[in-house]
Amino acid sequence: MRKIWYKTAINEAMHEEMARDERVFLIGEDVDLFGGVFKISRGLVERFGARRVRGTPISESAFVGLAAGAAMTGLRPIVEMMYIDFALVAMDQLINQAASTSYMSGGRVRLPLVVRGQYGTGTSEAAQHSRNFESWFINTPGYKVVMPSTAYDAKGLLKSAIRDENPVLYLENRVLYTHKEEVPEGEWLVPLGSAEVKRAGADITVVATGYAVHKALSAAEQLAGRVDVEVLDPRTLDPLDLPAVLSSVRKTANLLVVQEAPVQCSFASEVVRLVVQEAFRDLEHPPLALGAADVPVPFSPALERAVIPQVEDIVAAVQRVLEKGA
Amino acid sequence: MESIDLHIKRELLEYLVLIRRFEERVKVLYHQGAIMGAIHLYIGQEAVAVGVCRSLRDEDTVFSTHRGHGHAIAKSGEVERIMAELMGRDEGLSRGHGGSMHLFEPPKGLMGGNGIVGGGIPLSLGGAFTAQYQGSDRISVGFFSDGAVNQGTFAECLNLAALWKLPVLLVCENNQYAATTPVERSTAVRDVVGRARAFGVRAEKVDGNDVEAVFQAATAAVAALRQSQGPRLLECETYRVEPHCGIIPDERTPGERELWNPRDPVSLFVGRLVGEGAISASDLEALERRVRERLDRAVEFGARSPWPDPQVDPHRTWVLQ
Repeated sequence: MRKIWYKTAINEAMHEEMARDERVFLIGEDVDLFGGVFKISRGLVERFGARRVRGTPISESAFVGLAAGAAMTGLRPIVEMMYIDFALVAMDQLINQAASTSYMSGGRVRLPLVVRGQYGTGTSEAAQHSRNFESWFINTPGYKVVMPSTAYDAKGLLKSAIRDENPVLYLENRVLYTHKEEVPEGEWLVPLGSAEVKRAGADITVVATGYAVHKALSAAEQLAGRVDVEVLDPRTLDPLDLPAVLSSVRKTANLLVVQEAPVQCSFASEVVRLVVQEAFRDLEHPPLALGAADVPVPFSPALERAVIPQVEDIVAAVQRVLEKGA
Repeated sequence: MESIDLHIKRELLEYLVLIRRFEERVKVLYHQGAIMGAIHLYIGQEAVAVGVCRSLRDEDTVFSTHRGHGHAIAKSGEVERIMAELMGRDEGLSRGHGGSMHLFEPPKGLMGGNGIVGGGIPLSLGGAFTAQYQGSDRISVGFFSDGAVNQGTFAECLNLAALWKLPVLLVCENNQYAATTPVERSTAVRDVVGRARAFGVRAEKVDGNDVEAVFQAATAAVAALRQSQGPRLLECETYRVEPHCGIIPDERTPGERELWNPRDPVSLFVGRLVGEGAISASDLEALERRVRERLDRAVEFGARSPWPDPQVDPHRTWVLQ
């Protein structure tokens, strides 16, 4: 099978969905020039023209709100946030407007909107270019939150997100952009709200998101022979595929959740809450949530590495859960 | 300026009176507890909503504000389901999910109000974008007030609308107040028209209490928008007679309201039409009776409409595929 980059998979999904549906258009900073700063929209303006690939001024509130208004009146926008951090500038439009309007209208207006943005740590870009927002949007009624960790999922999930009738936050990990993986040709989708076991195991379930999936897989390799780790990637964080999480935990009887975002009131703490609530008696040891330190992400590689969970932290956390629990 | 046909003048008057009496009725129902929440009355500004919205077609989209009852009535012609919405009922325009600030009637181009000052301006550009994208001659209208011109969205949207020549009519209802702060205490340069022109948006100031002046200016702007001549802004100078909202006290300088009485948009237009011989005292009496009966029916409809059933309501906000 052919191997393509994670970012090429995202690009292919946009090409295919724009070809499939005339109502789909892309809007964001620099998306029409050189394919955007990360080249995710490469070739789109050449193929679909300036009408459907709209580079914008640096006016996040205006272009996010414009996209929401376009969605309310019959189009299907894809908004690109150059860095997900910049979404904060447009938070009123993203939350008060886009996330709430369909409900406030009693369902009389639909708002099919995809907000794509890249996030991630490990590239020394300091606090304002290194945020993780998934938990903010999970806490906001109205958004579906998608966070692919592989090229295959990136493509299949984006195509589903574009076809969804609701606002979807689609989070791309910039460290993973140049990961090359097997992706089949042809037409297929990954449904929103479906988790996948990335590695089967018997002793502990590690639920991991984004780049942490790959770190968890490396940790599992290191532990192989001593501990048989199952790695589960929820892929869509909201709605969460809770049955898949519970079925894995009921098999392994142990749970560690790993993310690169801080833990307080986050996706990881929410998964722990749900498992404790739904499967307490199936647990052998108290579960653990592992995430970033509660500080803005620092610049220096020496500091940045220390505040984000690394492979060795995951290995230690697995051992801690199995030995004495959280 | 071309004179306005008599049947249009009568329609404008009908809407002016309907909105005024609607708001008066809402005020009573609010104090009786039949209408709840944050109610922002439109009394004094009716000529803006009527003059602008009656220059539009059904398919043109209107993005309204927190003070949006007038826009909603003038654009949709609805009264009964707006009243039911204000009362939180299932047969309300937004099925009791939005209330006073979120009135939606998409088949008539009414795309909701907004609880955030300046929040609807970008959305109104979206309606214009869709029209342009589809090659339609529909236009989009964004209402906002002098309070919103100090939000970042206003500046961002002036630029974006001008840059992309979007068919959007930005209507600033300068009602002299941002919540309870008078415009001179919130705005260093009060020339909204000048701000728009600085961004390349053609703009004009009009007497917002003169429904004919608003209608004529809006009609001309809409015609230009349909020919893709780029965005327009209308600053309508008017006056908010009531406090900011039902729950906020108002301590205006004594006598200030009275200064605006001679400019009351309803009596101004009635006086002019009587003077022209376009309507008689008995026409006016019949109109008031029609409006009263319609509002009686609307209140009855709202009160009879069931409350939304929390058991039926979806627990998640997502729309099913």
